[in-house]
Parts: sequence; structure tokens; C-alpha cells
Amino acid sequence: MFRNQYDTDVTTWSPAGRLFQVEYAMEAVKQGSAAIGLRSMTHVVLACVNKANSELSSHQKKIFKVDDHIGVAIAGLTADGRVLSKYMRSECINYSFTYDSPLPVGRLVVQLADKAQVCTQRSWKRPYGVGLLAAGLDESGAHLYYNCPSGNYFEYQAFAIGSRSQAAKTYLERRFETFVNASREDLIKDALIAIRETLQGERLKSSICTVAVVGGGEPFHILDPETIQHLIDAFEIVGDEDPPANEQGAAAAADAEEGATAEQGATAGEGGDGAADEGAAPMDI
Amino acid sequence: MIFVELLCRYPYVTGTSVIGIKYKDGILMAADMGGSYGSTLRYKSVERMKPIGKHSLLGASGEISDFQELLRYLDELILYDNMWDDGNSLGPKEVHSYLTRVMYNRRNKFNPLWNSLVLGGVKKGQKYLGTVVSMIGVHFEDNHVATGFGNHLARPILRDEWHENLSFEDGVKLLEKCMLVLLYRDRSAINKLQIAKITEEGTTISPPYSLKTFWGFSAFKNPTLGAEGSW
Repeated sequence: MFRNQYDTDVTTWSPAGRLFQVEYAMEAVKQGSAAIGLRSMTHVVLACVNKANSELSSHQKKIFKVDDHIGVAIAGLTADGRVLSKYMRSECINYSFTYDSPLPVGRLVVQLADKAQVCTQRSWKRPYGVGLLAAGLDESGAHLYYNCPSGNYFEYQAFAIGSRSQAAKTYLERRFETFVNASREDLIKDALIAIRETLQGERLKSSICTVAVVGGGEPFHILDPETIQHLIDAFEIVGDEDPPANEQGAAAAADAEEGATAEQGATAGEGGDGAADEGAAPMDI
Repeated sequence: MIFVELLCRYPYVTGTSVIGIKYKDGILMAADMGGSYGSTLRYKSVERMKPIGKHSLLGASGEISDFQELLRYLDELILYDNMWDDGNSLGPKEVHSYLTRVMYNRRNKFNPLWNSLVLGGVKKGQKYLGTVVSMIGVHFEDNHVATGFGNHLARPILRDEWHENLSFEDGVKLLEKCMLVLLYRDRSAINKLQIAKITEEGTTISPPYSLKTFWGFSAFKNPTLGAEGSW
């Protein structure tokens, strides 16, 4: 996108009928690190790639629990994401208090979308620079929504946002028909493989990704790194070179027994790419 | 000194007891159609039970105008709920919780809605019967509930004779038994009542009818027997 004379204010239309500031806000989402979501009839899984500014710092928090039955993954300006999560939590808890019942996720995303739309129609505001993947349950089952800075929202069977998300989307498009009836484990496995697709060459280990699940009686929660590393090892999802359907099973299972720190994960199967970046960052949680 | 009447008026036109019970297919509720003006039984066609949305039924005793105000609040609530048009809807539990919040908030401002409410309903096979007691905001759920005099005269009968999975006919008989006692013993009761039922399919409120009473007791025949000089 190139600069032009219609892109200074969000309240200025271009002659082609575009609001450039809103489109630039959506660019910010594309620059954030990847987040993906997928759902079955009963469960929704969110996963994202954690980026840290340096080896010395902690990772960006990208997945937020909004209520027992709703969680979000964000991509883009994380500060905006944090503020929107606070709004969502507030709405959920107020609804619960008044109606003694969980807020249906479909209504929450509409409220969120309306909030985003306001920022596209005020000269003294700017659009939120964050895309949200909202995962939740309501009366009609499990749902996954994507909320855009433009104020649009869509429901998805599976979706990916952020940098290199196209690779993940391609994988998800191939596989999405199996998601509806997939088991919880298969759903998580697909999520991890989709995350791996967005990592160009980097080895997938639990220190660089976060996975969260909701559904089937389980409240929304983030899986701990040990569990994730176990799953990565069990599915033998290591380097970029392995095609998605290729699993080695037994050999990896023995390694999985040894526990699941990032260093162990690095020694488990060789991706053959030299793995210059192994070892946990000092602030790994 | 804080008297509730000083700060929040008196009730003027009031309804008496409402009784509600769970039965096999949902909830049954009974209330008479009287609106008393103090000790005068002034209005005799007051409908004190109304359906709320698709899944709930509300019965009220106490100030009738406050009940009508509550119906307006609930009408708006259901309207906004329907406007979402998204497959979700407020069930009886949600409506009950909302009413509790409204009643409690009004009482905290010393401007109560002078009612005792019974809220019953069925949603997705789940039966719900809750009551908000008076203008204080106390609320609870049970298999059988009543307001006002119903608590003293009807609940004991229900405690003995209510059981799970009552048929519709048995449920109505049980409610009529309770309403008869109330008719004899509650001076603000009138002999014109309605029975309402709510099931998964929806709400039905019966047309008004009367109970058969018996006054042919021997003591009533010669009331002055034993009271010398009386007539």
C-alpha cells in the first residue's frame, strides 16, 4: 500500500470508497505474530506463536481467558488487545451477575465489533490495531469468531491471523472438513501443525507456542508447556522438512518419557537444520 | 426512624397469594383474580399471571401497578433479547436473576416494587421454579413455592402431597385443594381463579373459573345456639 492524500484521517473516504486508516490498522494485524483457531462440534482450540523481544525478556501474552467459556487470541498491537480483553471480561462478568448465566459468545463478538466500528467513525479516535480470534461456547455449541479492526466479524471453522498465517490457512483449508467431528487431541494436534507451518525453519517447541482449549465440560484454559511438549513429541512435529502426515511414533514416544523442557525437545528428533537457536530463553515460564 | 412507609409509600391495590409447583411436563401456577383496595374486594378480573418470552411465566402478589411496571421492564428485556435474532434466548433462570437484581436495587434505594413474585418456566427440558420474596430481593428456588398467605396455608399441604412427576390432572387437583383452603381462610381471596401451565411447548392460562365451596356445616345452621341474647 502506498501513501496517498486520503489516508491521514479515519474520517476521510478515498474516491474509491476506501477508508485507508482502517486498512492500515488491518496491516498492523498482519505484522503481529501468528495466531490460529479451530473448532469441532464440542471444542475450540486456540494456538499462537510467542515472540519475545530478546532472549532476556518474557514472551508477549497473546491468549487471554475472558470467562470460563470464552477466550481470545490476539495478533497486532498487543496493548490494544489487552484493553479489549479487559472490556470483554467486564461484559461477561456483568452479564453473569445480572442473569446468573454465561454471556453467549455470539453476543459478545457483536458488542466487540460495534465497539471497533465506533473507532472508524470518530475523528478523534483511531481504529484498534488488533485482530481477535474469539473462541467460546454457547447454547448452540462451540464457536470461533474473528473480529477485525474494521468492525467486521465472521464465524469460522478454522482461521489464522498474523504474519505467515497464509501457510497455516493453507494447511487448515486442506483439513477443515475433518475438524467438525475431530476429537480434542486431534484438534490440538492440527493446531500445533498449523503453528509449525508458520515457523519458517524454526523448530517447534513448547517455549515458542501457546495453546488453549475450551469445550466439552472443560473451562477455557491454557495448556502448560510440559503437556504441549509431550504432544509435540508424540506427534513428532519437529522440523519444516517433515510433511504433515508423516509420524514416527515409537522412537519419539521413548523420548517423550524424559520430560518436556525445551532442551529435551531439541534433542528428541533432529530436524537437520543445525538448530542454532536451541535452549530455553532465560525467562521461559 | 426509617419506616418503609414513610420512604416508600403504601400499596393501594393488592393481589393475594400465588402458588407454583413443578409437575411432569413443566410448571403449574395458580392465582385468583382479585385486586383488593385495602379491605374492599374491589377488582375481580385482575390477571396476576403473565407469560414472559417463550420460556417463562410470572405470577405476582402485592401492588398491582408495580406488577404492571415489572411487566414493562420485562417486555423491554425480551424485546432486546429477540432483537439479537441469534438463536440464543433468555430462559427462566436468567429472567429470575434479572428480576432479583431489579427488586434488590429498588429496595436499596428505599423505593421498592411492592410485590412477591413467582417465576417458573422450562427451557431445553430443564424445569425452573423460583420465587423472589417481597420487595426485599430475597430469592430462592424450590419444587413448590407460594407467596403471602400461601406460604402458611398452601406450603404445608404441598410439603405433604407434592411429589416428583405429578400428572397434569393431579397437579391441578393439588393446586385447587390449596386454593380452596386459601379461599376459606384468606379474607382477600375471591372465588375466581386461573390456573396457568408452562411446558416446553409454551404457556397456557386457563379462563377464569370458580371452586365449589361448602357452607352447610351444622354450626352455621344455628349460629346463635349457645349465645344467649344474640341473633
